[in-house]
Amino acid sequence: MISLPVPDPQLLARRDEIVAALRRIVAPERVIDEPIRLAAYETDALTAYRQKPLAVVLPDTTAEVAAILRYASAEGIRIVPRGAGTSLSGGAIPAADSIVVAMGRFNRILEIDYANRCVVAQCGVTNLAISHAVADRGFYYAPDPSSQIACTIGGNVAENSGGVHCLKYGLTTNNVLGVEMVTPEGEIVRFGGRYLDSGHYDLLGLTVGSEGLIGIVTEVTVRILKRPETARALLIGFLSVEEAGACVARIIAEGIVPAGMEMMDRPAIHAAEAFVNVGYPLDVEALLIVELDGPGAEVDLLLGRVQRLAEEEGATSCRVSTSEAERLAFWAGRKAAFPAVGRLSPDYFCMDGTIPRGQLPHVLAEIGKMSQRYGLRVANVFHAGDGNLHPLILYDANVPGELEKAEAFGNEILKLCVDVGGVLTGEHGVGLEKRDLMTYQFDEPDLEIQHRVKRAFDPALRFNPGKVYPALHRCAELGREHVHSAAPRRFADLPRF
Amino acid sequence: MIGADIERRALKPRDRADLEELLRTHPGALEPVAGGSKRSIGVPVDADVLDLSAFAGISAYEPAELVLTAGAATPLATIEAELARHRQRLAFEPPDYGLLLGAAPCGGPTLGGVIAANLAGSRRLSAGAARDHFLGFEAVSGDGVGFKAGGRVVKNVTGYDLPKLLAGSWGTLAVLTTVTVRVAPAPETETTVIVPARDANAAVAILTRALATPHDVSAAAYVPQRGAAMRVEGYGESVAARVGGLLNALDAGVDVELIRDAESRAFWATTGSAAELSASRCVVRISVPPASAPKVVAAIEPDRYLLDWGGGLIWAGYDDVAIERVRAAIPEGHATLWKAPRALRESVEVFPPLPAKVAELAARLKAAFDPAGRLNPGRMGRLGPHPEI
Repeated sequence: MISLPVPDPQLLARRDEIVAALRRIVAPERVIDEPIRLAAYETDALTAYRQKPLAVVLPDTTAEVAAILRYASAEGIRIVPRGAGTSLSGGAIPAADSIVVAMGRFNRILEIDYANRCVVAQCGVTNLAISHAVADRGFYYAPDPSSQIACTIGGNVAENSGGVHCLKYGLTTNNVLGVEMVTPEGEIVRFGGRYLDSGHYDLLGLTVGSEGLIGIVTEVTVRILKRPETARALLIGFLSVEEAGACVARIIAEGIVPAGMEMMDRPAIHAAEAFVNVGYPLDVEALLIVELDGPGAEVDLLLGRVQRLAEEEGATSCRVSTSEAERLAFWAGRKAAFPAVGRLSPDYFCMDGTIPRGQLPHVLAEIGKMSQRYGLRVANVFHAGDGNLHPLILYDANVPGELEKAEAFGNEILKLCVDVGGVLTGEHGVGLEKRDLMTYQFDEPDLEIQHRVKRAFDPALRFNPGKVYPALHRCAELGREHVHSAAPRRFADLPRF
Repeated sequence: MIGADIERRALKPRDRADLEELLRTHPGALEPVAGGSKRSIGVPVDADVLDLSAFAGISAYEPAELVLTAGAATPLATIEAELARHRQRLAFEPPDYGLLLGAAPCGGPTLGGVIAANLAGSRRLSAGAARDHFLGFEAVSGDGVGFKAGGRVVKNVTGYDLPKLLAGSWGTLAVLTTVTVRVAPAPETETTVIVPARDANAAVAILTRALATPHDVSAAAYVPQRGAAMRVEGYGESVAARVGGLLNALDAGVDVELIRDAESRAFWATTGSAAELSASRCVVRISVPPASAPKVVAAIEPDRYLLDWGGGLIWAGYDDVAIERVRAAIPEGHATLWKAPRALRESVEVFPPLPAKVAELAARLKAAFDPAGRLNPGRMGRLGPHPEI
C-alpha cells in the first residue's frame, strides 16, 4: 500500500476554527464539514485509497479561490484541488489535514470565439461540453480522454490528458492556449491567451500536467478545430500480437498518421464483445482499430493502403466501416473496455505506461508471464499508435493480500516500461499511485531539479501533498544521496531519460 | 563554429562531466553558444562564451518510432538531411533567420538553439512549435547539476513538463546537452494557393475562412507583395481534392496563383523566416489573436510587414522603433524586438516585460535552475518584479 501524508495533529485540532474561517470567505453552505458529506470527496477513480479531508470548500469565483488560498497560506494549511474526481492515479485524494478546493461550480463557458478559433471556459466545464458548445458550427475540441463526459477541462490541464485521438491531434498541452491560475500564495496570474506561444518562459506549458502541485487553474482557453469531413475505421484481426505490432509499425513507416490506432488483446476483446455485442472477431489474439479522418479523398486513399498493409502482415479479418453507425460500433467495444473488464472481476487496476512502439510484442509477452507468476488475470488495451499501454489487472480486494499482489504486479509492469525505454505514465498522471516509482525512472538530480520547480511555486510544499514526488525525497540542502535503483536492467544500452 | 564577434574568451567543455565541473566552478557569467546564429537576439550579454560544439551528432534515430535524439549543438542542416533520407521532417518547420538578421559570419542554426528559442515556421499554426515536439533532454543547471527530463516517447506525463519550460528559455535556465524530438512523415506533395488581397483586413478574412474549412490548411500567411497564401499538404489525390474544395469555399476569382512542391517550399521557407523584412534595421515579432492582426498592424504603422499563422504572427519592420509604443498598441499578445542594433537592445526590454506577479514566478524559476544567475544574465530582461507595471 502507498502511504498517505502524515497529518499535522495541530491542524486536525483546529478543524472547527478553520471551517468557521472558510465560512467567512464563501457562503456558509459551500463549506462541507459533516462526515457523511465529506465521504463524497474521500477518493477519486483510484478507489483503493480513501481519506476524508478537514473540510471541502466550493468556491464560486476566482476571487474566492484567491481568498481561500491566501488564508490557507497564512495559516499553513494544505490544499488539495479537485475537479470531477476522475483521476485514475489518485491525484484528487485528500490529505487528512487538507482543505479540498472543489471546482465544480466553475461550470460556465465564458466565450466562444470562432474568429480566433478558441473557447474560453471555466475550469469545471466538462471536456465534452466544450465540443458540444461548438458542434453547430462544425468545430470541436480535439483531446478526448475516455472519461470526457465527466472529466473537467481544469482536470485535463492538471493531468495533460490524452485520448484515443492524440496520435494525430496532440495532448491537452498541444491544444491549450492559456490559463488563469491562482498560485499557492493566493495570487491570480494568467499564462498565455488567445495567441500562440509565450513571449517569455512557457509557464503555461509547465502548468499543464503539473497535477495540482503548483496552483489551481480557474479558467482555460483552448483552441478548437474544424471537424474532419469524414472519419472511417478499420477493424483488423491478427492471430498474434507480433503481427498486429508489425502492422502498426508498417502503417507508421508508410507515413500514415491515423486519427487513432488502438489495439486490444484476446481477454480484452472477449470482455468487450460480451459487454457490447458489436461483432468483434473472437478467434484472434489481437484486434486493431485504425481510424482515418480528413477529407473524403484522403480517407478513401488511406483505407486502401492500410488494408493492403494489414493483408501483408497476415491479418485474418479486416472490416471497413461503411456507415457512421458502424464506425461508432467498432469504437463501442474499445470505449467500453474498462467497464467490460470490470464485469469479469470485483476490482481492477488500470495501468498506464508508455513504451517505444517496437517493444510491444516483448512487453506483452512479459506481462503474460507476470500474470502467470502472480496468478492474476490481465487484459490489455493499448493506444498502439503512440505506445501507451493500459494493462487492466484483475483482482478481488476482499481476498486478503490480493490488492498488494495486484499493486506489485502493476509496479513490475511499469518498471518494465521504463526498462525498455519508456515511461511510468502516458496520460493518467503519477498522482499517489505511481509516486514511489518515480525514483525508478528518475535519478536523484532529476528529482532535485523538479523539486526546485515545485518550491518556486509552493515554497511550503502545501499543495496536493503526497502526490507525484516521493515523500522520502531529500531536498537540495540535504545533499545528493543517490537513491536510484541499482538493479541491473534489460536494454541497458538504450538512452534513458 | 562561433561567430567572429567574440570579445571574451571561449570555454569549451569536452563532455558532460567537464561541463558540470565548469558550471560548478567558473566564477563569472556564461553565454551558452552552439551555432551562434541567434546571438544577436535579446539583450546583449556580458559573459564568457560557453562553446557547446562538443555536444553534436545524432545519437539515436528510429524512423519507425518517429523520434530522434541528438547533441544540442548538432546543426539543423545535418538533422534535416538525415530525416529527408527517411522521408521524414521536423513538423514545426524551424526557420533559419540568417537572411533576416544579417548576422556576422557564424554557423547555422542547431537543434538545441532552435529549441532554446522555441522557434517555429509557418506550420506553427497546424503543427505546433518546437515546444510541441520537444520530448526530452539532458542538461546541466546553472549550479552544475546534471539532470534529465521528459523521455523518448510522445505520451509522457511523468513529472513536470520541463521540456516546455526549457523551450524558449534562451539558455537562461540550464545548458542543454542532448535533446530528443518527435519527427513526422514528410508529405508526398504540397500546393500553395495565393489569393490577391488588397490589405490586411481582406487577407485575414480570406485566411480565417480557409481555416474554417475542413481542408487541413497547414499554413496561412499574408505577404503584402503576393497575397493571402494557404498551404495544403499530403497525398497527391488528397491535395488535389482539398485545393479544389478550398478554391470553392473561397469563391476565389481568376487571379488565384497556385505554386507546387519546390516552389511552394521555397515560398514558405522565405515567409516563415521573415526574410522579406531583412532590409529593415529593426524587426518586431508579435503574437496576437489572429483576428486582431489588421487593427494591430494599422496601429503600429510598420514600414513593412507580413502576417503568418493565419494573422496570429505579425512581423513588423522599421528603420527605428519605439518598442514600448508598439507594445502599448497590442491589446492582447506579446511583442519581441527580434532584430535591432546593439545599442537599442541594450536600452530597452527586448522580450515582453511580464506582469509583476508572473515576473516574480519567472524570477523564482530562474533562481531554481541558476541560483547564482550566471547563465545569459539579463538576456531575457531583468527577472524580478517590474515596479512600473
